[in-house]
Amino acid sequence: MMTLRSKLITLLLSTLISAPFSIIANSAESIAFPSQEWSFNGPFGTFDRSELQRGFQVYKEICATCHSLNFISFRNLTDLGFNENEVKAIAAEFQVEDGPNNEGEMFERAAIPSDVWPTPYKNDNAARASNNGALPPDLSLIVDARSGGADYLFALLSGYHKVPAGKEIGEGMYYNAYYPGNQIAMPSPLVEDGVEYGDGTRATLVQQARDVSAFLAWATEPNMEQRKRMGVMVIIFLLVMTGLFYYSKKKIWSDVH
Amino acid sequence: MSGPKLTNPVARWIDHRLPVFTFLHHEMHEYPTPKNLNYWWNFGSLAGITLVIMIVTGIILSMHYTAHVDHAFQSVERIMRDVNYGWLIRYIHANGASFFFIVVYIHIFRGLYYGSYKAPRELLWILGVVILLLMMATAFMGYVLPWGQMSFWGATVITNLFSAIPLVGESIVTLLWGGFSVDNPTLNRFFSLHYLLPFVIVGVVVLHIVALHRFGSNNPLGIDVRGEQDTVSFHPYYTVKDMFGLSAFLTIMAAIVFFLPNSMGHPDNYIPANPMVTPAHIVPEWYFLPFYAILRAVPDKLLGVLAMFAAIGVLFILPWLDRSPVRSATFRPIYKIMFWVFLVDCVALTYLGAKPAEGIYVILSRLCTVYYFFHFIILLPALSIFETPRSLPRSIGKSVLRGGNGAPAPAPAAAREKS
Amino acid sequence: MADIKDESTRRDFIHVASVSAAALGAACVAWPLIDQMNPAADTLALSTTEFDVSGVQEGMSVTVVWRGKPVFVRHRTRAEIEEASAVELSELPDPQTDADRTPRPEILVLLGVCTHLGCVPLGQKATDPKGEWGGWFCPCHGSHYDTSGRIRKGPAPTNLVIPPYKYISDDVIKIG
Repeated sequence: MMTLRSKLITLLLSTLISAPFSIIANSAESIAFPSQEWSFNGPFGTFDRSELQRGFQVYKEICATCHSLNFISFRNLTDLGFNENEVKAIAAEFQVEDGPNNEGEMFERAAIPSDVWPTPYKNDNAARASNNGALPPDLSLIVDARSGGADYLFALLSGYHKVPAGKEIGEGMYYNAYYPGNQIAMPSPLVEDGVEYGDGTRATLVQQARDVSAFLAWATEPNMEQRKRMGVMVIIFLLVMTGLFYYSKKKIWSDVH
Repeated sequence: MSGPKLTNPVARWIDHRLPVFTFLHHEMHEYPTPKNLNYWWNFGSLAGITLVIMIVTGIILSMHYTAHVDHAFQSVERIMRDVNYGWLIRYIHANGASFFFIVVYIHIFRGLYYGSYKAPRELLWILGVVILLLMMATAFMGYVLPWGQMSFWGATVITNLFSAIPLVGESIVTLLWGGFSVDNPTLNRFFSLHYLLPFVIVGVVVLHIVALHRFGSNNPLGIDVRGEQDTVSFHPYYTVKDMFGLSAFLTIMAAIVFFLPNSMGHPDNYIPANPMVTPAHIVPEWYFLPFYAILRAVPDKLLGVLAMFAAIGVLFILPWLDRSPVRSATFRPIYKIMFWVFLVDCVALTYLGAKPAEGIYVILSRLCTVYYFFHFIILLPALSIFETPRSLPRSIGKSVLRGGNGAPAPAPAAAREKS
Repeated sequence: MADIKDESTRRDFIHVASVSAAALGAACVAWPLIDQMNPAADTLALSTTEFDVSGVQEGMSVTVVWRGKPVFVRHRTRAEIEEASAVELSELPDPQTDADRTPRPEILVLLGVCTHLGCVPLGQKATDPKGEWGGWFCPCHGSHYDTSGRIRKGPAPTNLVIPPYKYISDDVIKIG
């Protein structure tokens, strides 16, 4: 086997294999944004529970007014470090529709842990009517539904910069440095000291943006830590097994080569 | 060759009446295989194992999936969040599809390089192309099932293609849809067929292996096996080599499944399907991109569809397009270069398939499409006539007593007798 | 699958090690494939139901859903309690004292599934037939249950099942 040929083959194969990834990551209109350091990045990443709890508070007090979280139930909040009673208390703050009762009518009752996070609007049309025709998307999968994930979310939430000179902004729209097209229907949801954090952290806009992005990363994939933990063990096992079979193969083939 | 030494009386009783053990011993143990196969020959067994992985994970997913437009997306999220290990099974199934195509494309390119499609293995090759087509249909329908934005719009675009057929096109599309657009009837029938086709693939794979065993594997030199000195028994030589290859393959697949599970997918498919809103760029899964590029390269709708199908159609007739009696590119210096050019062309088409149909991408797509068909329809037949191959070696293994009695093959195809 | 060729290599440690690794891997892979059939997290979340019994008036019965099945909660009258406690055990096809069936005599919690073949007995509503012992009556095959939910007459073999439950506060029970 000629070395040059092997090198060319390797080069071609790595291009082939990496091509699918780069193809998908590129989007013609997306604006470059900086990547962030998250505690959950990388093969050994984990969620920072205090960050998640702060982010949850930002979501609950600000975002939940307009954005649903359809795939999160109150019982999932035990993942954030709340115990069963705290989760029951959080759930009880919300009203959900139940029924029909014996009279055939729907009624409202306090939520329990097995309930799904209540939607802020009855349906999409009601949501649009309250938001200038724009539909605030559900956030339970937002980190996977956007190229760039949590990095993009953070950039977006902290990207309500001053409108550059000469830029035209449409009626009912707002300037955002990172939203494709630079015009977004959502006004900046975060303001300095917009919430009061229970753990005393200063709630700067950037801090809130970070925390809620981390929370939404959790909401998109609550099983991430289990996935990475299992991944480490599986790959170590497979590397060992590959090595064992390599030596087995070499031994068996020694009488042929 | 002798049968297996069965000591167990129960095994002997069964084998006497239904010779499974004898059969397996003959086909998978003593089965003579060329001893010079390189690692490009691992990909067939990898494809078979990936098929099994897809069927097992698929059957499990269908225990939890609901094929109704109002529940499909949510049922998949339930699998990801609530079903025990659901996230793992779903990620294996979704990424397994990509890996299935990676493995099969490599397997196909191995065939192209070493002339595995040539006599007497033409039917083996054709069965393989049938498997590829079935895989593409299965994957297309499977991607619709999660009912995300890409699921819905990919289904809409591709099913709409059939309207290009003159006279009956619209009726065919209505028949496929079961309605006037992609909707619940479409989703339900896709679920049914997605469950069915993998078992059809299993059937064709069986035929594929039967055809393979008729003449045995090709080998990197492309010359026929002449005797025992050229082969080794499949077990333990190739069983252990296949296990090594499988371990390496699973390691790579595990790296993706556990650490980059969404890297080969599209973020838009995490948005529930909305028939009123089309995504900015509708992109099929990566393994369809070269065909998508060819489709869009042709400005006419019907011709584009025909070109796309013809891209696979040429594969069916390849054994008759390339008539060089020399199988392996090792001994075909010009063909060898053209093979790599063809491979680059396919990679380029993949890349271009994801780009918007604008500007330079259109020009490049057309160039690459033309080259693709040029390679099969003009270049290969021409090479069969005009290429001077290098001398073939006498035999695969070093024969002890008698040399391989095949003379070196300098003469061009026309003068030689087809074996 | 013994072969003369590989007899000498079969016992080689490396081969034993590789094949054992593969077997171990296969076993580890099998577990998630089986465990996925066990109840999922959302199903388990519905495996307990809490209920405030103070809402049930004396003499009234309420039906609560637990694990997809009906649970009867009856606030018994003095008369019903006395009837239930005064029964001779020898009269009962499935002998059990009333005290054994409920920690708090006024509130009776039963699984509303007939122990014969699984129908839901009548007796929750004031207008329902309650059988000859004033408890519940199963219309499917005519089983009669008394005010403690014990089988008295009919094909049902055992008393109405008491589901696992406990009082987590003065008035709230947690079933399951």
